[in-house]
Amino acid sequence: MAKSKPDKSKLDRRHFLKGTAAGAAALAVDAPIAKAQQAQTRRGASPIGGAPSAEALAAETGPVPAAEVLTADRPGSDFMVDVLTAIGFEYVCANPGSSFRALHESIVNYGGNKAPELITCCHEEQSVAMADGYAKIEGKPLAVMAHSTVGLQHASMAIYNAYAGQVPAFIILGNTIDATARRPGVEWLHSAQDAASMVRDYSKWDDLPISLGHFAESAMRAYKIAMTPPMGPVLLVADSDLQETPIEPSVKLRVPKLTLNSPPAADAGAVAEVAKLLVAAQNPVLLADRAVRTPAGMKLLVELAETLQAPVLSGKFPSRHPLNQVGGRGLIANADLIVGLEVPDLWGAVNSYRDQLHRSSQPTTKAGAKIVAISASDLDIKSNYQYFERYPEVDISVAADAEATLPYLIEACKRLITSDRKSAFEERGKKFAAAHDQALERARTDATYGWDSSPISTARMSAEIWNQVKDKDWSLVSGAPSRVWNVDKHYQTIAGGGAAGVGYGAPASVGAALANRKYGRLSVSIQNDGDLMYAPGVLWTAAHHRIPLLSVMHNNRAYHQEVMHIQRMANRHQRGITNAGIGTTITDPFVDYATVARGMGVHGEGPITDPKDLGPAIRRALDVVQRGEPALVDVVTQPR
Amino acid sequence: MRLLLVLTIAAALGAQTAQTIGNVQNGKKIFDSYGCYQCHGHDGHGGAGARLAPNPISFTAFSKYVRQPTGEMPPYTAKVVSDQELADIYAFLHSLPAPPPVKNIPLLNN
Repeated sequence: MAKSKPDKSKLDRRHFLKGTAAGAAALAVDAPIAKAQQAQTRRGASPIGGAPSAEALAAETGPVPAAEVLTADRPGSDFMVDVLTAIGFEYVCANPGSSFRALHESIVNYGGNKAPELITCCHEEQSVAMADGYAKIEGKPLAVMAHSTVGLQHASMAIYNAYAGQVPAFIILGNTIDATARRPGVEWLHSAQDAASMVRDYSKWDDLPISLGHFAESAMRAYKIAMTPPMGPVLLVADSDLQETPIEPSVKLRVPKLTLNSPPAADAGAVAEVAKLLVAAQNPVLLADRAVRTPAGMKLLVELAETLQAPVLSGKFPSRHPLNQVGGRGLIANADLIVGLEVPDLWGAVNSYRDQLHRSSQPTTKAGAKIVAISASDLDIKSNYQYFERYPEVDISVAADAEATLPYLIEACKRLITSDRKSAFEERGKKFAAAHDQALERARTDATYGWDSSPISTARMSAEIWNQVKDKDWSLVSGAPSRVWNVDKHYQTIAGGGAAGVGYGAPASVGAALANRKYGRLSVSIQNDGDLMYAPGVLWTAAHHRIPLLSVMHNNRAYHQEVMHIQRMANRHQRGITNAGIGTTITDPFVDYATVARGMGVHGEGPITDPKDLGPAIRRALDVVQRGEPALVDVVTQPR
Repeated sequence: MRLLLVLTIAAALGAQTAQTIGNVQNGKKIFDSYGCYQCHGHDGHGGAGARLAPNPISFTAFSKYVRQPTGEMPPYTAKVVSDQELADIYAFLHSLPAPPPVKNIPLLNN
C-alpha cells in the first residue's frame, strides 16, 4: 500500500526541479540574495569606504549556491483535472481540505472552474448528499472532494445512504501517505494508511493510485463501476504528493477511453418463465420500487403494466394512470402473483409486522401465491451493514437489472397473450380504472379533514403547493407528493435517503435542484425541520451558487418518528406518556427557519401558522425562485 | 371500585352518551398532552394513525381498541389513561365539526 520512493527522488522532484519550473524559479531568488548581501555588509565590508577585506572579496567572487526551486508550472493535479473533465463531471462538491489543496487549486485555475465547477459545501455529508440528489435527476454522478480522515468521517453517513440506495457517487479523497513528507501536527491527524477503509463496507470500489497514469485508469474504472447497476459510490484516494509533484516534461500521460458497461439484463430462460406466470395470473401485481432509473424506464414500466393490465403498487409510475394502485387495499392479499422489480425489502412487502412487546409477523399473501424477484441487488452485496433486509422466499429469483430486463419481459409477455387473455386483461383494467378514480376521490375527501386547522395539516400544505406548481415544469426534490398531485415524469419525484439516514433531505434537494437548473425546471422540496437541523449550511450553498429551489418546511417541531418510539415504550412500560417529548422535540426555543434562511442569504417566509396565509407566502417565494434564487417558506404543521 | 366505574361509564357510553359524560375541554387538553395528536392530528383528522373524528366509532369500540389494540397502536392501559380521561377524549372527538365538503374547496378540485 505504501509508496516506495527514494528520498533523493522526492527532493529532486519536489524541491529542486529544473526545466519547466526554471523561469518561475528565477523570480524566487531575489529575497535570499538580498539577505546574503545584507549579511555580507554586516560581517565583512569596511564601515566607511576603503578596500574590501579578503573575506568579503571571497564572498563576492565565490561560487553562487543553487537557488531552491519553489514553483511549478504543471502539478500532477492539473492532469487529474484533465481526467475529471474527460469523464464529463459538471460539478465537484467540496468543503475545503488541505489534503486536496493542489487539486482544488487546479480545478479553479487550471480548469477555469468549469466542467467541473467547484460547489462550495459546508459539510462533507452535504457534499455527498448533494451528489446523491443530483444523480437521481441527472442519472450520473457529480464528483466530490473530501478531506482525509475527518472529512470522510463527516461524509460517511451520506455514502451509506448512497450505497444502500444504489446511487452513483464519485468521491476523491485527499490523503498523505508518505509519513516523511507530512507536515508536523494536523497533517498527521488527517492522514491514514488505508484512508478508504472506513467506508469500504458500504462503497462499491476504491483505489489508491500511486502514479498519474494509475490515477487516470482507476478514475475510469471507478466511474464505470459506479454506473453499473446496482450503482453505488466509489472512492479514489488522491495522494497529496501525487497531486503536488510537478509532471516532468519527459513523462507522457494520456487519459484512457471511458466505455460504460451495458446494464445486466436477465437471461432469456428466466424472462420466459416470468412472462408465462404473468400472462397466466388472474390477479398479478407489480411492485416497482427502484425499477425505474431513467425516463425510458418509466415508459417501459407503463408498457408492461398496460400489456397485462396489471396494477402497479409502488415505484415511479404515473400517478393519474388507472393502473396506479399505490395504497390499493387488499391487492397483495388477493394476488396470485407478485412481481418485485428492484424491491429492496420484498419480505416487508408481503408480510405484516407488529411492533408490540412480542414482535410478530405474518404473511399478507394468500396460500399458493407466487412471488418473483427481479433485482440487481444480489450482484453487489456485503456482509456487515444489514441494508439488504430480511430474506424473502420467492419462486423465481432473477439477478438482473429490472429496467434493462423490461424490454425483453414485455416482448415475451406479448408473444404469449392470446385473445382470451387479452379480453380478460381488458376486464381487469376496467376494474382498476374504477378503483383508481375512487381512490383519487377518497384522497380529496381525506384532505378536507383538518383543512382549516392550525397547526396546518400536511394535506393542506401539499394542496397549496400543488396549486401553484401544477402548471409549471416542476420537480419535487424532497418529500412525497400527495395523491392529488399529477406525477407523470421521471424527474418529478426522487426517493429519500437509501439508508434512511436523516439529514439527507436538505442537501439532496439542493443537489437535485442543481441538476434541474440547466433545464429551467422548478425545483420544490418539502423539507422536514429535524432533517434541516443536521446541516443547515446547505442553504448558504444554495444561495451562494444561485441554485433555484423552493423549500417548504414541514415544521412539526420534532423528530416525530422518535417521539412515537418513546411514546410506544412509555405505553408499554405503563409509566405515563407525557415525557415522550423529552429529547425528541425541537420546541424550546422555537426555531424560526425563515430567519435562519435569511441569515444564509435565502429568501425566507413565515413562520406560517394560519392556513389562509400559506398560499400568498408560497406565491411570494415562487417569485424569488423564478428569478433564479432559493427561497424557504416555514410552515408550522401538524405532526404528519 | 374501578371495575364499577368502568362498567358504569361503558354502559352509559355504550348508549352513545359519552359526549355528555366526558369533559370536552379536558379531553382536548389531554388529547394533546398525552400525545394522541402525534398520530391522529390535533383535530383527530388522522395522519400516521387512523382518522378519529368527526363521527367517532362507538365508545365501546373506541375504549376496547385503546386498551387492547390489535394493530400497531401502543396500548393505553388504565394506569396511563384513566377511564374518565378516556371519556373526556371521546367527548372531545365527538364535539369536532364535520369538514367542509370537497366541492367547496377549489384547491381540491384542480
